[in-house]
Amino acid sequence: MLEIAIKGSKNYWSWIIFLLLVMGAGFIVYIDQFMNGLMITGMSRDVSWGFYIANFTFLVGVAAGGVMVVIPYYLHNYEKFHRITILGEFLAVAALVMCLLFIIVDLGQPTRALNVLLYPSPKSMLFYDMLVLNGYLFLNIVIGWKVLEAERNQVEPPFWTKPLIYLSIPFAIGIHTVTAYLYCGLPGRGYWLTAILAPRFLASAFAAGPAFLIILCYLIRKFTKFDPGWEAMQTLAKIVCWAIIANLFFFLCEVFTVYYSNIPGHKAHLTYLLFGYHGYHALVPWMWTGLILMFTGAIFLVIPQFRNNKTLLPFTCAMIFFGAWIDKGLGMISGGFVPSPLHHVTEYAPTKPEIMITLAVYATGFLVLTLLYKLATQVKEEVRG
Amino acid sequence: MMKKSRRSFLKVAGIAAIGLGASPAMNFASSDSPGTALAVKGKNEQALTAHRWGMVIDTNKITEEIAEKITEVCHKTHNVPDFKHEVDAEKYPKTRLANHKQEIKWIWEEEFHYAFPEKEDEYLTEKFHDLPFLVTCNHCKNAPCVQACPTQATFKREDGIVIMDFHRCIGCRFCMAACPYGSRSFNFRDPRPFIAETNPDFPTRSKGVVEKCNLCAEQLAKGELPHCVQASEGAIVVGDLEDPESDIRVLLKEHYTIRRNQSLGTEPSVYYIV
Amino acid sequence: MNKNMIITGLVIFVLAVLSPFWFNMITTTEAAPKPELLGKAKEEKKCVLEKYDMRANHPSLLDEWRDSVVRNSDRQYTAANGHTFGMSLSTGENSCLGCHEDKAKFCDSCHTYASVDPYCWECHTNPKEIK
Repeated sequence: MLEIAIKGSKNYWSWIIFLLLVMGAGFIVYIDQFMNGLMITGMSRDVSWGFYIANFTFLVGVAAGGVMVVIPYYLHNYEKFHRITILGEFLAVAALVMCLLFIIVDLGQPTRALNVLLYPSPKSMLFYDMLVLNGYLFLNIVIGWKVLEAERNQVEPPFWTKPLIYLSIPFAIGIHTVTAYLYCGLPGRGYWLTAILAPRFLASAFAAGPAFLIILCYLIRKFTKFDPGWEAMQTLAKIVCWAIIANLFFFLCEVFTVYYSNIPGHKAHLTYLLFGYHGYHALVPWMWTGLILMFTGAIFLVIPQFRNNKTLLPFTCAMIFFGAWIDKGLGMISGGFVPSPLHHVTEYAPTKPEIMITLAVYATGFLVLTLLYKLATQVKEEVRG
Repeated sequence: MMKKSRRSFLKVAGIAAIGLGASPAMNFASSDSPGTALAVKGKNEQALTAHRWGMVIDTNKITEEIAEKITEVCHKTHNVPDFKHEVDAEKYPKTRLANHKQEIKWIWEEEFHYAFPEKEDEYLTEKFHDLPFLVTCNHCKNAPCVQACPTQATFKREDGIVIMDFHRCIGCRFCMAACPYGSRSFNFRDPRPFIAETNPDFPTRSKGVVEKCNLCAEQLAKGELPHCVQASEGAIVVGDLEDPESDIRVLLKEHYTIRRNQSLGTEPSVYYIV
Repeated sequence: MNKNMIITGLVIFVLAVLSPFWFNMITTTEAAPKPELLGKAKEEKKCVLEKYDMRANHPSLLDEWRDSVVRNSDRQYTAANGHTFGMSLSTGENSCLGCHEDKAKFCDSCHTYASVDPYCWECHTNPKEIK
């Protein structure tokens, strides 16, 4: 099936080459980081995780979001999703590849990464995160590939894919729950120490993932002959709508608890993000932008006229996607570290090399996504045409 | 049909290749030369031991001068880099400028409201405003960093010391997020250019690993007290928290002490007489 | 045309795969240097393990040592020959470098020859080099 990926139009190849160039540029910067250490990043003693882990967290969500097409199709036999299920699964694969790369580039000693397997530590949440992330990646590759292959050969997928598909559902929930547990089990970090963190992560995941999938559907319609189906996209939009509303609701719950209880250790972080703290407010404009984007997006999706508007929908989805990225990426990670447990304020901003490496990881993910989507759409065109 | 069998052949060949690749690794893992089997490992006879090491810092006895001396001797003997140190351009050419936010410290001074942010009072005793509070790793009984570490590079010794295996640390910095006392530092870069005088009796660190106070495990092994205790002119005492007769327990009996952010349940082993 | 192409390709492949042998044929190979025993090490005569055992297994021995020191806080090693050593690369009289005083001639000569670059020295220091 892979041969499909090496036959493409001029546009296809230009896009691939562009991605390879970004990857190459980022790789050169990464060599510098590999040789000289994480000093080239904006991270510090007080803010010890930054852009890499922020994007990792966000992308775990995008990966988990894929399950929002799997559940309706496989559990509820919602036929409209037949055409896009594979897109959800392959999106998860690409997102997970990026997640794993972000972890690797964030390590101080990447050559020792396998120590996690050599000295398994069942008390550490990172151990479980590694298990579920790799498990979910494996499941999606196998399921996506086998189902697509079967479709191409016009036969039923092998019987053993069914149990794997059902297994992938708890795994999807699992990857984001465990990722939330990385943060919310730490004493002394008031912003993360909240039981609603995992549900909030899932809500924003189920908004950001499907929102991105809708945008991808638009791109597929534009660049290929395969039509994912407007009705499927509409259903996705409804899923995004409820998920983003849940996310905003959870955020408001957080705001209420923090401000009404008035406990300084918990309040400081949210105050830093929303209004600035002791004269430091680098993230305030970002946070408000994120909130406004998510809020406006939610309104546009609730009102049927706006949701059904074919021109507006991709923009609404983009708003929600970026809003969630700011909320969960920048805000969640930096917000947890500022102020520090000693109440010192050290602000964080990614450096240029850090951004370059991040872009290269994204380029790698998009390369994987492009190749997989090329396979999927071509096979679907063949079968139909 | 032909195609299918070639395919299954390749699959089998691939699995066989993995097996072949694994065999030298297995041989290496099981190699135990007869010489090492008969050897006996043990502790130094003069080593200081305890069931659970703890520390008492008498804040009344710590002056600005003593605090500085303690930090200096600790950082010097443990080869902790000082980013203010002027780099020897001949020995380390092309060293980039240091980012002071990425500094490394094992024991240092904090003001009261930073050391004890949860005990911040509107009307705090006057003398606390300018007393230097020395803070370091608390060697917690329930250490969140030990729990967080995915490779057991940070672990708790039987004697209660929370210590790091720099050989094993992958630099994920989960422990730094987990520590509620900001006691951990990460080597964002090779520390050597910033070490004025290297102490040959203690290793430096490589870039990409986390480090922190080790309660001078290397001193205790030699039967000597930690450097901070020696430099403190009696202000810092270490001893066995589980021995009711120990100096440290006597001090705790006689004085009112506080610990940093106790409410988290980490059970710090460092007590402050205030 | 196909046949010729394949054969040419195969020939190039075989030549490339065997390149280390070609390289060795045109260059001269030096014999492996022997680690030099100097000073104290020369007089002492007895090391942790037998000479050949040591040659083959010193990396795994050091690996065992570092786990023992850091993780079990055992620092003394009484070898099968009855001698006691401090389990340390460079600290103290009865550490590795305490006895084998010249790191360059004892460690580096072989390591350089074998083109291995153990990362021990990224952190551990040779006391001689500091002064």
